[in-house]
Amino acid sequence: MLAFILRRVGLLIPTFIGITIATFGFIRLLPGDPVLLMAGERGTSPERAAQLMHQFGFDRPLYVQYFDFLTSALSGDLGNSLITKRPVFEEFWSLFPATFELTAAAMLFGILLGIPAGIIAATRRGSWLDQTLMGTALVGYSMPIFWWGLLLIIVFSGMLGWTPVSGRISLFYYFPNVTGLMLVDSLLSGEKGAFGSAVSHLILPSIVLGTIPLAVIARQTRSAMLEVLGEDYVRTARAKGMSSLRVVGVHALRNAMIPVVTTIGLQIGVLITGAILTETIFSWPGIGKWMVDSIFRRDYPAVQGGLLLIAVNVMVVNLVVDLLYGLINPRIRHR
Amino acid sequence: MTDILREPAIADRRPTGLRASLSEFWYYFSENRGAVMGLWIFVIVCFVAIFADLIAPHGPATQYREALLTPPVWQSGGDWRFLLGTDAVGRDILSRLIYGSRYSLFVGCIVVAGAMIVGVALGLIAGFVGGVVDTLIVRIMDIILAFPNLLLALALVAILGPSLTNAIIAIAIVQQPHYVRLTRAAVLGEKQKDYVTAARVAGVGPWRLMGVTILPNCLAPLIVQGALSFSSAILDAASLGFLGMGAQPPTPEWGTMLAEAREFILRAWWVVTMPGLAILIVVLAINLIGDGLRDALDPKLKRA
Repeated sequence: MLAFILRRVGLLIPTFIGITIATFGFIRLLPGDPVLLMAGERGTSPERAAQLMHQFGFDRPLYVQYFDFLTSALSGDLGNSLITKRPVFEEFWSLFPATFELTAAAMLFGILLGIPAGIIAATRRGSWLDQTLMGTALVGYSMPIFWWGLLLIIVFSGMLGWTPVSGRISLFYYFPNVTGLMLVDSLLSGEKGAFGSAVSHLILPSIVLGTIPLAVIARQTRSAMLEVLGEDYVRTARAKGMSSLRVVGVHALRNAMIPVVTTIGLQIGVLITGAILTETIFSWPGIGKWMVDSIFRRDYPAVQGGLLLIAVNVMVVNLVVDLLYGLINPRIRHR
Repeated sequence: MTDILREPAIADRRPTGLRASLSEFWYYFSENRGAVMGLWIFVIVCFVAIFADLIAPHGPATQYREALLTPPVWQSGGDWRFLLGTDAVGRDILSRLIYGSRYSLFVGCIVVAGAMIVGVALGLIAGFVGGVVDTLIVRIMDIILAFPNLLLALALVAILGPSLTNAIIAIAIVQQPHYVRLTRAAVLGEKQKDYVTAARVAGVGPWRLMGVTILPNCLAPLIVQGALSFSSAILDAASLGFLGMGAQPPTPEWGTMLAEAREFILRAWWVVTMPGLAILIVVLAINLIGDGLRDALDPKLKRA
């Protein structure tokens, strides 16, 4: 197992270097004067421009610049945001818990509904229930989620007045930021109603963000389940007189889950893409909204640092999924 | 004796050739009711897009100052001139949707064509040449895939500047690694087979070997991927438009229409609902077709 882990980590090194080259190149590909872009200062005197040029190292050869970028990135220095003047690295991690909370809730929503829906559809293959579930899943899979979010706001916030339109918690509550996760912090604060407010703010965004993963998980569970239900050992189990619930729930499910776990892992990219849109619609103060805002504000150091950190996060999640996959499916460890 | 020689008893009389394989494909495809329905919707949308000038009741940019935010006909206050209502500056939503279908289909076609041509070429080269070239191509594709697709498209548009053309370029760049991977995997699988060795021994050159001998046998997964990336290209373009990074107003692109409509969300539901519904219907139709293609072209499921 250790050899397997080391091999997988080793495979990531070239990808990591590639990601740093890509994000390093990003700023250099932008049209316009790099000093102007990185310093955000307009109408500077030639002396000031030369000084900034030197400060940012743009007057040195490209490979030296890249090496500087790589070493400072590895030590957590990604420059300062042009707008807030705070380090990009700090800014990213201060917003990260909000996105983590949202994506975790969305994933939970997708898993808790998607897996049972897939199992039910597979065990009643061809029935009206199967067709309805899979039809709905395909609609969910095709959903423009930015529109889906607006639609839910119209119905649940506008017409019914059940849920708030935006933000993470009502402005009414104020408590210290301990973990950055609103659900945990609101419970820790002990303020009455704070937890409820946090939950009601989280519901619509996580449904919106969880819709596509839900559809994908349901479809994948169904097809994996169908494949497994046709296997000999399932027929044997049935022939032994085992109850249908036990056959499906114990024998078939365990093997059907292997591809489903991979699918769930692969949703991380989908979730971040979705988070960009969901956070924009619900004014959710997370990484996705921050990236879009930074692009609009031409805060290029923030965009560059954000791109790098998000790509590294995706890479790490993919690694974890890979390792988990090796854990539940020992066959692939020895490839 | 001579009779037997002339006509072997166990002759394979199944028809071959392009027409036969097309009719076989259609046989399996048409069994899938959803796929046929999707195909019909797609054909209708194509028709609407081509003849938009004849079908649309109003121009996409014509403003009716006396009819701002008119609700659809079936609601009180509706106007028969504007079947789906008007937007905040008095433009007919139905007409804008009809003209907007052109942009969505255009985006889908260009992205799929561009990503497929580049991706298949790179995949063929990677799989066929192997060695350093292969490693290099695969590495670059891995790096592209390490970034979430919409984020990468956003960053590319930030470099190129927001416009529909740049959105198309960005989406195509983001999508082509999938074609590279599929083609490369298929080529690696096919390369070992006897018919390729036979062709090589017969003196077939590398270009012909790649394009004529191997490629046609790798087509099935590429066609399915084509349908999938057509629908996700439409979604991505609409997302970019919605974020203000795709087509710019007053272009009647569906995502851009939604972005413009956002502030009226609680006052005029139809301005928000209609463009999104249009996106959903088209994307759903293409995904239905994609599912049908996969079932019809996948030999594993075919005879089951």
